[in-house]
Amino acid sequence: MRLTVLFAAVWLCLPGAVVRADSDVVAFVGARVLPIAGDPIQDGVVVIRGGKIDAVGSRRTTTVPAEATTLDVSGKWIMPGLIDTHNHVGGIGGADSTGPIQPDVRVLDSINALDAGFRRVVAGGLTTINVMPGSGHLLSGQTVYLKMRKARTIEDLFILDADGKPTGGIKMANGTNSQRDKPFPGTRGKSAALVREQFVKAQEYREKIKRAAGDPEKMPARDLGLEALVDVLEKNRVVHFHTHRHDDIMTILRLVKEFDFRVVLHHVSEGWKVADEIAAASVPCSIILVDSPGGKLETVNLAFRTGAVLEKAGVKVAFHTDDWITDSRLFLRMAALGVRAGMSREGALKALTIHGAEILDLQDRTGTLEPGKDADLIVLSGDPLSVYTKVLETWVEGVKVFDRGDPTDHLHAVGGYGAGNDQTPYFCCFDHAEGQ
Amino acid sequence: MRQHNHEAFAARRRTAGIPACLKKPSAIRHQPSAISCQHGAPRTAGIPACLKKPLAIRHQPSAISCQHGAPRTAGILACNSKVRAHTYVALATLFLISAWPAQPAAAQVAVIGKTVYTMAGAPIRDGVVVVRDGKIEQVRPLFGFVIPDDLRVLRATVVTPGLIDAHSVVGLSGIYNQKHDQDQIERSTAIQPELRAQDAYNALEDLVGWIRGFGITTVHTGHAPGELVSGQTMIVKTTGRTADEAMVRAPATVAATLGSSAVKKGKGKTPGTRAKMIALLRAELIKAQEYRKKLATAEEDKKPARDLRLDALSRVLAGEVPLMITADRAQDIANALRVAREFEIRIILESAAESYVLVDEIKQAGVPVILHPMMYRAWGDRKNMSYETAAILHKAGIPVALQSGYESYVPKTRVALFEAAIAAANGLTFDEALATITIDAARILGIDERVGSLEADKDGDLALYDGDPFEYITHCTGVIIDGVVVSETPH
Repeated sequence: MRLTVLFAAVWLCLPGAVVRADSDVVAFVGARVLPIAGDPIQDGVVVIRGGKIDAVGSRRTTTVPAEATTLDVSGKWIMPGLIDTHNHVGGIGGADSTGPIQPDVRVLDSINALDAGFRRVVAGGLTTINVMPGSGHLLSGQTVYLKMRKARTIEDLFILDADGKPTGGIKMANGTNSQRDKPFPGTRGKSAALVREQFVKAQEYREKIKRAAGDPEKMPARDLGLEALVDVLEKNRVVHFHTHRHDDIMTILRLVKEFDFRVVLHHVSEGWKVADEIAAASVPCSIILVDSPGGKLETVNLAFRTGAVLEKAGVKVAFHTDDWITDSRLFLRMAALGVRAGMSREGALKALTIHGAEILDLQDRTGTLEPGKDADLIVLSGDPLSVYTKVLETWVEGVKVFDRGDPTDHLHAVGGYGAGNDQTPYFCCFDHAEGQ
Repeated sequence: MRQHNHEAFAARRRTAGIPACLKKPSAIRHQPSAISCQHGAPRTAGIPACLKKPLAIRHQPSAISCQHGAPRTAGILACNSKVRAHTYVALATLFLISAWPAQPAAAQVAVIGKTVYTMAGAPIRDGVVVVRDGKIEQVRPLFGFVIPDDLRVLRATVVTPGLIDAHSVVGLSGIYNQKHDQDQIERSTAIQPELRAQDAYNALEDLVGWIRGFGITTVHTGHAPGELVSGQTMIVKTTGRTADEAMVRAPATVAATLGSSAVKKGKGKTPGTRAKMIALLRAELIKAQEYRKKLATAEEDKKPARDLRLDALSRVLAGEVPLMITADRAQDIANALRVAREFEIRIILESAAESYVLVDEIKQAGVPVILHPMMYRAWGDRKNMSYETAAILHKAGIPVALQSGYESYVPKTRVALFEAAIAAANGLTFDEALATITIDAARILGIDERVGSLEADKDGDLALYDGDPFEYITHCTGVIIDGVVVSETPH
């Protein structure tokens, strides 16, 4: 609650917030609209009000409110803001080298909200991202889901749950990713054993809490790591599981069966080999398509057609940038490469939007253009699957956070001198140019 | 829709270790190259017995030995005509002696394209490219052309010259990224121009096949950036079983790096700073100057002992081989230009992320740029890189080529076609962007007499697409190298 108040206070100070206060109602008129929740609309209208989507429809049937600021977007395309289910932007650092399993570590405590990477994220049309702690552990910490609002601190970006806590998942990995010298595991068998051991501990911890039945005297001592894992066992926190090889994928499905947690398979380079098994387990996949296979043993069988094979098998597929593995500015390209290798156009666009939202449990707030959802949308110069298409504007909760026509935003969109520097913070209450 | 990509790739990988002849022989690529040039006789003894039933003979002259003697300005043309005559004699002799049948499907092809981008004039609508005996015979409108019966006909929406990747490390930096397949950089000392790319190149490496599938037929590959002078590079076709078979020219450049990636950390390690880097490079070039002078003027018994390292740098000083300098920050590019001025050497700027800062200086120095892949990661020395640099340099009249570059992790290689696509979306016209991976790349590398455009007498290298080659959802539907159809699987 306190966060929300702070958050609101910050908002009123931001230049971006001025736009929102002045024109609470905005109507985008004339674009080809891809609501994702329904068929494309040729000559469409999207009305947003108070940071939410108010109406979506064709120009013929949708009334533009008199009080609306009307934006003529004829010839352009509008679709929901993109959802990236796996990103490492913000100069993050998660678990350290002291051990392979560190569920107590929160990536949110390591993010520089002013990192230039966030500007590239909005330039790519991403409005919601899952920032994950880095690689190399069986469990490298808690992830955090962020909305790409204008920000000075990480608090400005949180997506809060009903209790006012920032939402996020937990990052795990198997295969060679977490194999190294002691105390890290040296083999796949040991990796699975260490994870199982930890889950068993979490089960016991949960049991103790249950037995205490609210009696503080009987409660076990607080353990930050086990608390996070109890969240996992209670299915309040999704496990984002880095995995490549087909047998490693099967190991995860085995763990899920044993400990009954919610999981998303990430990367899934050899998912095309076990697509039916993944489908049977009803486990969604967050995949990445890179320009060539290889770079490590586990990705030599990576294929552009992974998305197509999984889609045909009935698996829910979302894309991710894994930024900096691929640049957030090129996220639309991922869907196009999926289509190149046989994915349906519809499936590929869902994999950039609603499927990502569902994977992050945010489908009620974002991922499609439907009345009542957050006004997270992007304005494109053309077909999202074309190399020539540009993201022109990115809107988050009714606020324009990226405008390609703005010189600074353009710099971040294409690069250039100064694009690599951290962004200038949005200072409250005085012109930041004077403050420098 | 396209289910074949991976199977085809996996199939290639499964059979990668097997000699081509044991798979499905479609061609023998006979290559006298350096050997025949030097010794005057084509090598036939080395051909395995299993190739006794070849379907075609492919003779690919190499410029290796010829380059030694050829004057810099005459370049490859003089060399080629000599070799070509040689080639035809060798071919005719072989045919007569062995009576090996030619393989029409492999060597005689007509490629019909809705649009044919020749890169030597305006695109031809409904055009045809006829390839005979590995060379382009003619390029013309289809209208009024009767396709001879002996030609195999391939069709595509778009036909381009075989693409040129102006700088890569494929064949040296393998797919597995394990010690055993990483030969692109030698860390023992900072200056090693004596390292030759052909001594490290694995022609059967998976990533060579990977880029070939997207239409890359010629690649400039070799030692990677990351040491002050990392070694020599070479130009090969993306086919063949060995470096010699694939060879177009070696050395193509001597590769140097100025910038953070070649600064060594740790006590006693050198170069530890940018200034030291330049000092070491200048000292080495001065040594090579002395060496050249002694070689030229000393009496026979007083000539210096042969030094491979100084030999390589001597060729740079003589202008036979350019020094390709990887430099990203504007200050490093300025350093490169300063060294080039001092020693009056030909350089090519490689990567050159901040080259847009020094457009006038680069233009004035007459230095071409093999620009970083557009999709390189923007960090470190490249944190200020821009998608628009190719367009900025091109508009200023600076020759620009694009490349797949060097990746140390995932993806293990980029694809020059995809990089040019990003340039096409950021300021270059379609034709200009295509030129960065065809004719402009060929010119910068000095191989435009053979490749880079669809013109009579050039190598029969073509790429076929089912749409705009730069569009993500377009497929490369065919690849032809020296008249041999090397890929028909949509990629």
